[in-house]
Amino acid sequence: MEDIVSKEILKVENVGMRFNLMEKKVDNFKEYVIKFIKNELRYQEFWALKDVSFTVNKGDRLGILGLNGAGKSTLLKIIAGVLKASEGNLTVKGKIVPLLELGAGFDRQYTGVENIYLYGAVLGYPKELIKEKFNEIVEFSELGDFIHVPVKNYSSGMKARLGFSIATVMEPEILILDEVLSVGDAKFRKKSEKRILEMFDKGITVLFVSHSIEQVRRICNRAIILDKGTLVADGPVEEICKLYEEKFIGAEKASSKPKKKKKKKKKPATEENATNTEAKTDTAAEDKDKIVTKNETEEEK
Amino acid sequence: MVEINLDRAIKNFKKYRYLLFELTKKNIKLKYRRSYLGILWTLLEPILTTIVLTLVFIGIRKKNDATFPVYILTGRLLYSFFSQSTKQAMKSIRSNSGMIKKVYVPKYIYPLSNILSSYIISMISMIVLFGAMIIFKVYPTVYIFNAIIPLFLILVLSLGMGLILATLAVFFRDMEYLWDVALMMIMYTSAIFYDASSVGAQWIFYFNPIYHIIINFRNCIYGHSLDPQALFISAAYSFASLLIGILLFYKKQDKFILNI
Repeated sequence: MEDIVSKEILKVENVGMRFNLMEKKVDNFKEYVIKFIKNELRYQEFWALKDVSFTVNKGDRLGILGLNGAGKSTLLKIIAGVLKASEGNLTVKGKIVPLLELGAGFDRQYTGVENIYLYGAVLGYPKELIKEKFNEIVEFSELGDFIHVPVKNYSSGMKARLGFSIATVMEPEILILDEVLSVGDAKFRKKSEKRILEMFDKGITVLFVSHSIEQVRRICNRAIILDKGTLVADGPVEEICKLYEEKFIGAEKASSKPKKKKKKKKKPATEENATNTEAKTDTAAEDKDKIVTKNETEEEK
Repeated sequence: MVEINLDRAIKNFKKYRYLLFELTKKNIKLKYRRSYLGILWTLLEPILTTIVLTLVFIGIRKKNDATFPVYILTGRLLYSFFSQSTKQAMKSIRSNSGMIKKVYVPKYIYPLSNILSSYIISMISMIVLFGAMIIFKVYPTVYIFNAIIPLFLILVLSLGMGLILATLAVFFRDMEYLWDVALMMIMYTSAIFYDASSVGAQWIFYFNPIYHIIINFRNCIYGHSLDPQALFISAAYSFASLLIGILLFYKKQDKFILNI
């Protein structure tokens, strides 16, 4: 019994997230007072997540699948502690580190060295640990002498490399990967995938969101599907990916299997194109999401 | 309802105190990084403004006061700490929105680090005050040790106001402009470069906690004991604003991410 409890690293129980959408955004005091007096402060409820429950055991690599607007990002934000769920419980045992895209969160004026300490501190690590891992981070990022240059002069690849190095060298218990495994040049991408696979061996838990089913198959051992904010499926990755392809993407894609990767030179390319456009529409949808989230919750004022 | 789990809050603070240190350090470092004179500006700025204010207002003053620059500096240093720290704290949540949206960090760390870095910079500029005291022969007495009280109160007040403003600024973008106007009113009612007794409407000073803190700070510098009434008023304002600030911030902090 105790063994089972200690294995559970993340528990999501009946989590729901309600957003209050306002028809027009009010972000200044003047408009707020006017609308308040005219009694025009109306909200519309919108549930981005509803009654989502699942548990993740230590060492699980959970893929989160779902169409645009299914609530994947909201779920990850709640798990990371950035958003607070409107209802339900969340239990996390251990350190969660989100892998941010392209070194978001660096201070542009700070040098690489200073940013390592700052970023480490933001992730909640003590100074001693950062110091201990410092050389490893610099080495892995391959920045060399550029580590003493302000980050604003870095290329986006350099920033991504530094961010990846800091997040992974510290060896968190839970790593959140939100569509970020495609950074840097081919060489670094290989290296970073190798690093992630190494971390799997050490028993790291991964939450992975991607629109590339291939990637999910390669990395995860378990998957869940979200649809319009509710959890519709939960199980082994192969099963769930198949289900997802059949139900959500359509039959024609279900034919491409991962094992024939090398021979099918043309097909993966077209598939990549397909996922690319998918990713693009997703970002557009996410922008919309942002506007939506901005719009809401002036309630209780 | 506002629930503050003190035990957990303290544990969390301990975990993130290194971040507080790093952010405070960053604010100080970056403020002077690109400037040629660097940290010397913390000394030059009060010297220059005091010279200007002395030249402008010494003629208007009725009393012939050889220590006028010390008088100005005592008020000016405290006021500029208050205005700078609250302004920075107000913007801190919004300017760190990129981080707040991605990684969990106790959010009060951002306004708090801004207040602390401003405080440290202000303490460095106190060197100018000591220099001026020697030049204008305002020699310190034993009462100078009392100065720690007004200096502590202004820190509490700034922190409280900083938390209130940071919260409001997330929801209302025009807070910045409103606060600029409020700061101007605070400055003119703080008796920085005039005698409070020369003002007809004395009631106006009751609305200004900064004025009462400055009075007591001057008492310490000029070798008088603390004014109990001013002490009471400034302490009441300071702790009330801190309490309101903490409650407001805790109540609203989960909503920040939806508005930044």
